[in-house]
Amino acid sequence: MNLQLSRTGEMRHLLTIEGLPKQVIYDVLDAAESFMPVTKRDVKKVPLLRGKTIFNLFFESSTRTRTTFEIAAKRLSADVININVGTSAVAKGESLLDTIANLSAMNADMFVVRHGQSGAPHLIAKYVPPHINVINAGDGSHAHPTQALLDMYTIRYFKKKFEGLRVAIVGDISHSRVARSQIHALTTLGASEVRVIAPKTLLPANVENLGVSVYNDIALGLQEVDVIIMLRLQRERMSGVNLPSSQEFYSAYGLTQKRLSLAKSDAIVMHPGPINRGVEIESLVADGRSSVILPQVTFGIAIRMAVMSILAGQAK
Amino acid sequence: MKICIKGGRVIDPESDGDKVQDVFISDSIIVGIGQSPRGFMADKIINASRLAICPGLVDVSVRVGGHGSEFKTTLEQELRSALAGGVTKLGCPPDTTPVLDQPGLVTMLRERATALNSAKIFPIGAMTQSLSGKLLAEMAALSDAGCVAFSQGDGVLPDAAVLKKAMEYAATFSFRIFLRPQERSLGNRGIAHEGSVSTRLGLPGVPVIAETLAVSNILMLAKETGAMVHLSKLSSYAAVELVRNAKQDGVDVTSDVSVHNLHLCDIDIGYFDTNFNLCPPLRASRDKDALREGLRDDTVNLICSDHYPVSQDQKNVPFAEAIPGASSVELLLPLTLQWAREEGQTLLKAVTQITSNPSHVLGISPSSISIGEVADLCIFDPEHPWIVSDKSLVSAGKNTPFINKELVGRVLCTIVEGRIAYDPDEICA
Amino acid sequence: MSKAFPKAEDLFLCLKDAVREQVSDQTAMVGIHTGGAWVAKRLHKVLGLNLPLGEIDVSFYRDDFAQRGLKSRVQPSSIEFEVNDREILLIDDVLYSGRTIRAAMNEIFDHGRPKKVMLGVLLDRGGRQLPIDANFVGGKVYLKEVERIALTKSDDELFEFVIRSGVET
Repeated sequence: MNLQLSRTGEMRHLLTIEGLPKQVIYDVLDAAESFMPVTKRDVKKVPLLRGKTIFNLFFESSTRTRTTFEIAAKRLSADVININVGTSAVAKGESLLDTIANLSAMNADMFVVRHGQSGAPHLIAKYVPPHINVINAGDGSHAHPTQALLDMYTIRYFKKKFEGLRVAIVGDISHSRVARSQIHALTTLGASEVRVIAPKTLLPANVENLGVSVYNDIALGLQEVDVIIMLRLQRERMSGVNLPSSQEFYSAYGLTQKRLSLAKSDAIVMHPGPINRGVEIESLVADGRSSVILPQVTFGIAIRMAVMSILAGQAK
Repeated sequence: MKICIKGGRVIDPESDGDKVQDVFISDSIIVGIGQSPRGFMADKIINASRLAICPGLVDVSVRVGGHGSEFKTTLEQELRSALAGGVTKLGCPPDTTPVLDQPGLVTMLRERATALNSAKIFPIGAMTQSLSGKLLAEMAALSDAGCVAFSQGDGVLPDAAVLKKAMEYAATFSFRIFLRPQERSLGNRGIAHEGSVSTRLGLPGVPVIAETLAVSNILMLAKETGAMVHLSKLSSYAAVELVRNAKQDGVDVTSDVSVHNLHLCDIDIGYFDTNFNLCPPLRASRDKDALREGLRDDTVNLICSDHYPVSQDQKNVPFAEAIPGASSVELLLPLTLQWAREEGQTLLKAVTQITSNPSHVLGISPSSISIGEVADLCIFDPEHPWIVSDKSLVSAGKNTPFINKELVGRVLCTIVEGRIAYDPDEICA
Repeated sequence: MSKAFPKAEDLFLCLKDAVREQVSDQTAMVGIHTGGAWVAKRLHKVLGLNLPLGEIDVSFYRDDFAQRGLKSRVQPSSIEFEVNDREILLIDDVLYSGRTIRAAMNEIFDHGRPKKVMLGVLLDRGGRQLPIDANFVGGKVYLKEVERIALTKSDDELFEFVIRSGVET
């Protein structure tokens, strides 16, 4: 059962990129493009979601993602309520579905959910009343669809199209919800090759079945690529059984100027942020002419405005 | 009470019988087959034409308590659930609340069950105290209290040193050891088969190697200690292969598969359906195929339901937080019949997997439909389609991966010691 | 059933003549997507206006968003001149309920505070639901509620109206 699409194929919730038709993805990118001028005006607000109430439900803290959703909602004139669930109801033993039922009773129109467990937004979408839309703002190691959509926007902005592109994703693929969503998006949109580059300890089982080619050697993996996406290495994984140390990771997989030169000369470098300089990426690269890390952040707001307004605008 | 079951197809694995004949019961004993005993006057005649009659089913893995709920509060309902599944004898794993690690608890469980005059239970005692895997449980005393075997349930296996001692101790008394093979350090955080599906869904995986490492350790220790080992709920092709080779080498080992691993694979999880959060995890389709092949060539000896009632609240949570398990004892027969249909196996072979084979593995005397035997019987319609629903399930747990699915083959009547214990459609009225 | 009525090219000439006297170098023209933008583009050219032509898509300001949702493709609005203290001539193809014009004015005010806003339309079909009127019209005709009118543009940039009778949705 595909919860996120209505019977007529319109998006009701955004839970994962997997299974989203190409046209639905393009609709989001196009809508985001329409919102870009709004974000540059004097009055950076449109009245589209006036009177709607959006709950930012963060079961796992993330100031940055929460802020971009909050800005996006406010630019659409919605009322936004931020709830750090980690510090409230759940800490008192309330179940996830009870929390959702309570907030639904407060006439919520939309939930933006970040949760540490893969599949939590699916569970919520299954139980909310039909007029409520759910946006997955990152669940466990499963999906982070709005991040992937803004990455696709960035790639289209700089590369115009997906066909023929060779994209490399470097880092902790195993635990990365961002990587999974990017892979689904890129394969759906027709990128000619998606590569994942990581040591074997950071690659999930059968990752090639997602439609990617696997490289353990970054020098081989970066050859002739158009787009390089560096993933953030979580602090708790920098040393231990997955990796001996962050220094060793940097020397084996960090994106340096020298390694960047293996890619196409017009390759762009992306990163979902926040970046660890000297762990995933050399400062010269992060701040260099190939880096599009800051435009990604700007596009992120337009993408989230697009997703929210498309969901809110579907006939109930 | 004298009962005549007329015109049914009598399937009796112990005598290799499969033939339409009448069965005559007087009080708790089968007194005639085919021909009516002289002077037999039936108080009740059950018309069983187009129905099948087999010995009451035996299920080696039925938990009579749910997660966190004490079995004394749920025992009655779960035994009725077993009867609704045609199961008259069931093995109870020790990882219930409380853990079956003390003779007094085992005695209490058996007494309560006996008082209910329902399906008969055969407790499987804890192999180690509190199932902690550190200190041996009092196996001899537990055996005296009625335990037919010892196991760790779904709990962690002890380290090799303790496991070796436990096997040596069990071998001393010729006790049976049931072990669900999973290497602790490789499996303890996983909740789904490590493979394409766990990767796609971002769920922590249990690799096949977690099972095969444990299986090979157990097989080597079994060979070394001479213990009678039964491997519970095999889940992977590689484990089936290891067991097949060990049997060829003459190791005294048996194994089983649950109805879930026999019919489902990891892709069936869909988008995080917690009804599919099971232990062991559902694996890939090649694993399912290998388990079916194992049953066919007797590498795998029997099918169990792995019944574990779980409450709705314990399933309405994110996938990884759900309690693994499903209510399944009522589905044992139709799912076994489905296996036989799909694999071209006879009805007799199907019934063998859920009657005489599990009896032998539990070390209890197998029921047989023959004169002088106790009348523990299951009457079923092998062609009857029905839909599994929370209303149809007698168990307190309403969660199963087969919910709302149509199954073929339905238990119509269960007879325990000559008493009609389950007869929902009143075919005996 | 469709019929061609009235002649859009004639209305365009009337609108052009009406507007010509009232605009100066300091007047900014803004067309409303899609038909209004076509009309504005031609007017802007024939009148030789100085300031860059503005275009707006009022989708983000519509009052029926909750019922109709977002169109699949919303054109990005572009207003490349200073709105504050500006005299603005808003152009649309058909004036009907007045709701589009309200939405367009709201959008313009989110870009700044204009000195004056005027409205020019190719056709006024009546049926107003808001107190809004056009300063310049190419022509007037009263159409029934069930009739829907749309401006089309041929390959050689010529306008034509298409009227369809149908059930209001």
